[in-house]
Amino acid sequence: MANRRLAPPNLQPKDFAFTAENAVWAKQQIAKYPEGRQQSAIIPLLWRAQEQNGGWLPEAAIRHVGEMLGMAHIRALEVATFYTMFLLEPCGKKAHVQVCGTTPCMLRGAEAIFDVCKARIHHDPMHVSADGDFSWEEVECLGACVNAPMVLIWDDTYEDLTAESFEKVLDGFAKGQPVKPGPQIDRQLSAPAGGATTLKSVKV
Amino acid sequence: MLDDKDRIFRNLYGQGDFGLEGARSRGSWDGTKAILEKGREAIVAEVKASGLRGRGGAGFPTGVKWSFMPKAVGDRPHYLVVNADESEPGTCKDREIMRNDPHLLIEGCLIAGRAMDCRSGYIYVRGEFIRERQRLQAAIDQAYEAKLLGKGNVHGYDFDLYVHHGAGAYICGEEMALLESLEGKKGQPRLKPPFPANMGLYGCPTTVNNVESIAVIPDIMRRGGAWFAGIGRPNNPGTKLFCISGHVERPCTVEDAMGVPLRELIETHCGGVRGGWGNLLAVIPGGSSMPLIPAHQCDELKMDFDGCLALKSSLGTAAVIVMDKSTDIIRAMARISYFYRHESCGQCTPCREGMGWMWRMLTRMAEGRAQKREIDMLFEVTKQIEGHTICAFGDGAAWPVQGLLRHFRPEIERRIDEYTRNADRHDRVPVAAE
Repeated sequence: MANRRLAPPNLQPKDFAFTAENAVWAKQQIAKYPEGRQQSAIIPLLWRAQEQNGGWLPEAAIRHVGEMLGMAHIRALEVATFYTMFLLEPCGKKAHVQVCGTTPCMLRGAEAIFDVCKARIHHDPMHVSADGDFSWEEVECLGACVNAPMVLIWDDTYEDLTAESFEKVLDGFAKGQPVKPGPQIDRQLSAPAGGATTLKSVKV
Repeated sequence: MLDDKDRIFRNLYGQGDFGLEGARSRGSWDGTKAILEKGREAIVAEVKASGLRGRGGAGFPTGVKWSFMPKAVGDRPHYLVVNADESEPGTCKDREIMRNDPHLLIEGCLIAGRAMDCRSGYIYVRGEFIRERQRLQAAIDQAYEAKLLGKGNVHGYDFDLYVHHGAGAYICGEEMALLESLEGKKGQPRLKPPFPANMGLYGCPTTVNNVESIAVIPDIMRRGGAWFAGIGRPNNPGTKLFCISGHVERPCTVEDAMGVPLRELIETHCGGVRGGWGNLLAVIPGGSSMPLIPAHQCDELKMDFDGCLALKSSLGTAAVIVMDKSTDIIRAMARISYFYRHESCGQCTPCREGMGWMWRMLTRMAEGRAQKREIDMLFEVTKQIEGHTICAFGDGAAWPVQGLLRHFRPEIERRIDEYTRNADRHDRVPVAAE
């Protein structure tokens, strides 16, 4: 069980409100669920709040979303602390790197990716680098096991990594020109490297 | 090897268009209206005839599951919920369906919805699959635009389909936890009974199915249950997406017939085990929750439910994790235990406490820093967890450890001996205590 706490008070912004655009979006999300079941929308709404807040979720945002959905504050807090993709502390501005460390990635050399993170970003996970641009954490299986080892940065996965190609991915984010997401070797998504063994007779 | 004409996932690698036009060219949405007009009983009967067993891990017959839903809609609506919270380590098949052929899933939802008198369905996608859920949403938008879904659609059966997502909790792949999460709560499983077919989402009759189970439905309806049942062995029919990861030359996801021998699967599609078949140490045949199978049993292993069961393991999600002789097997399994420790929802004491216990013991055993009697103690701990929790998470975490102890006990003992021998060596360098 992950033990998760809110960021200390000195890091918490005083208040939070959705931008007009996000507020409209939130209404559409709530409409997906039957009347009186608006609480269902909490995960998508917290997610959007996290995106609006630069990648992490402050207490004020949890309160705001909870109020929007008519939930007791403690219920909203429960959700925010239970789900590990909600970052409760500030992360890197340019990239927050989530490195998969679970066995299938570990077998394919995730250790080397961690070494790069430790050397380049910070020795410890969930610490922002000196320039404030990067942070990293070890996460559990991200569901791209045939493309191991891999990382998730913001919305995209970078797969089939080596220490060298991962450095290039980080360089891309540092320069503000991310490399193309997906496999970083010559490979069509999850097909075997060197070409698919099946579906050859299927016309596209 | 399965013939290309028998494949269901014809855009598995995203070679073609994922959208409506591409899907139509691959045969999706063809004669859907006629399928729906067959009516509820006929659809369920066809799925039962196909022998399709759930693709999410447990292998429960899908048609039978559907028949548990109330026969008539009372004052509570029926819901279809699709479990796309694919988080089992090693498993990455639903991802390919959602991003490369989402219309298979969408059409399957409509047919499954008809078969259970559901008027709305939710697809619960794991939080990490961000691009995948955007793709899925884009495909659903296309379907609405083409009036294939929604109120007053061309099929004459009103059905709404929504994408919902999680935020990184493995436990939400458990159906009761998924429903809790979908209701906007912590994903902690509920006790069964009542089963979801009676009391599911919002207290209404609900059926939860895996993505792959639903995505194969349109093909089963079009080609007939007998076609599907004719592939593979009796009681284990159909085609299956296999995800082969770990120490193979070319890891990949591939569709093949159920019952394909493991060796053929690895050598045909993945270029073999790294260093040759003789270099194989063990495989985990069905995602991290399943006990491993040592190399000497792998020659005869047929990849289906009964084939894996015969070797005291399970097909699970058909995510094959291959480990060659360079693997530190104890460390690899300790990492799996760490995963379960991290993902336990914390509701049941045997699981919440037991996960950490197993992980700590295995971590020490990986170094050899343990007593031999602790091996039996660890086994006892797994037995105290197994079957003593609300959901199957505890079982799924205990089994891989049991598998390790069953097959690699000598390795654990050897490491303990080595550690002890090193400690007793006369020439060891004394290190001051901190």
